Amino acid sequence: MKPPAFEYLAPASLDEAVAALAGQDAKILAGGQSLVPMLNFRLLAPPLLVDITRIPGLDYIEDWDGGLRIGALTRHYTLETSPLVKARFPVLHAAMAHVAHLAIRNRGTIGGSLCHGDPAAELPGLALLLDAHLKTTKRTIPVAEFYQGALATALGEDEILTEIMLPALPTGTGWGFEEFARRAGDFALTAVGVTVGAEARIVVIGAHETPMRLPAAEALFTDRADIAAVAEAARDEVTPNSDLHASADYRRHLVEVLTRRALTAAWERAA
Amino acid sequence: MRYLEAGKRHSVQFTLNGRAVEGEAEPRLLLSDFLRQHLGAFGTHVGCEHGSCGACTVRVDGKAVRSCLSYAVQMEGRAVDTVEGLASAEGLNALQAALQKHHGLQCGFCTPGILMSLSQLHEEEPAADEARIRDVLSGHICRCTGYHGIVQAALEVFGKS
Repeated sequence: MKPPAFEYLAPASLDEAVAALAGQDAKILAGGQSLVPMLNFRLLAPPLLVDITRIPGLDYIEDWDGGLRIGALTRHYTLETSPLVKARFPVLHAAMAHVAHLAIRNRGTIGGSLCHGDPAAELPGLALLLDAHLKTTKRTIPVAEFYQGALATALGEDEILTEIMLPALPTGTGWGFEEFARRAGDFALTAVGVTVGAEARIVVIGAHETPMRLPAAEALFTDRADIAAVAEAARDEVTPNSDLHASADYRRHLVEVLTRRALTAAWERAA
Repeated sequence: MRYLEAGKRHSVQFTLNGRAVEGEAEPRLLLSDFLRQHLGAFGTHVGCEHGSCGACTVRVDGKAVRSCLSYAVQMEGRAVDTVEGLASAEGLNALQAALQKHHGLQCGFCTPGILMSLSQLHEEEPAADEARIRDVLSGHICRCTGYHGIVQAALEVFGKS
């Protein structure tokens, strides 16, 4: 068998799940689309898996004062096909098309992707772009304080993410999302998400250990005529690593090109 | 709360292609291995075993799922469908017949997984266009056909050819 042996626990409530995690060297199993491959490769050997998918009431997309509250067990496919998501956060809808493939989106969850925290995954970057508040069994964490490094978050060992709260975007906000990957559905070499309204927000994924905002580049943007200069500033603001898939120079180049395309699209969409 | 001890086999019951099945599985046993080695359902093929190739795709409660990225014990009470459930006494279903007609397979290794993804798409998004069909097929690696025949077959079934 590919995976190492583990104990399996399927709690029926969040209270049971939190109690099961306390003091244990356990991993939470939600959609499993990142965790199970890591176990198949034996990159991890947790003694206990706590399968939270039998806990009711964590799979929903609801209005939140013009924004949305999304249950942590909501599947990617549900996000991708939700008319409410498409209407309120079209940038999230567009980005979902880049998340792996149908069978992965059917199974993977928004909470799982956010808590796994892969530096090249779309959802952590989108959460940062949309200023998400992450509600857990203990507290609510602003996304800007959530990521501490590659695959590392502020979550405690017996803390479970339960809800993703996305505040409403101002009316007329323009948006753009541009990704480059070697093959459809692969992790991004680099992707850039932007929103343009009274101010611009620019988030880059795949260029740093965590998704990152580019405040220096953002501050330069006031008009369409600034786009080329902002894209160059974005390129100079990131410090990516070289790896097997792309050199640091190539990733910086991608940041410039993708920022230019995303801002141009956002400017055209802004009212 | 369901607790299953590591390294021991535990009873698992679900429906496979509409029929109740039962077996015993360690918590770490993948659904793909359970289908093939415990239930003798060899229609589901095992390729990369880490979710990239799409060969082992089955449907769980109607949704296409990589069976190498799910554990058999998670299937308790679920409805699992595999390629064995597609044809009827009258013969191949529409997707299968179209793949045959358009030479949408050569060695056939990827075909069961492709059929399960396209089945979900056809049921849930019958208006899917060629771009959407190609997006779904991008989750399946086929090294024989170059995808042309597969796309043609899907377009015919989706009424787009």
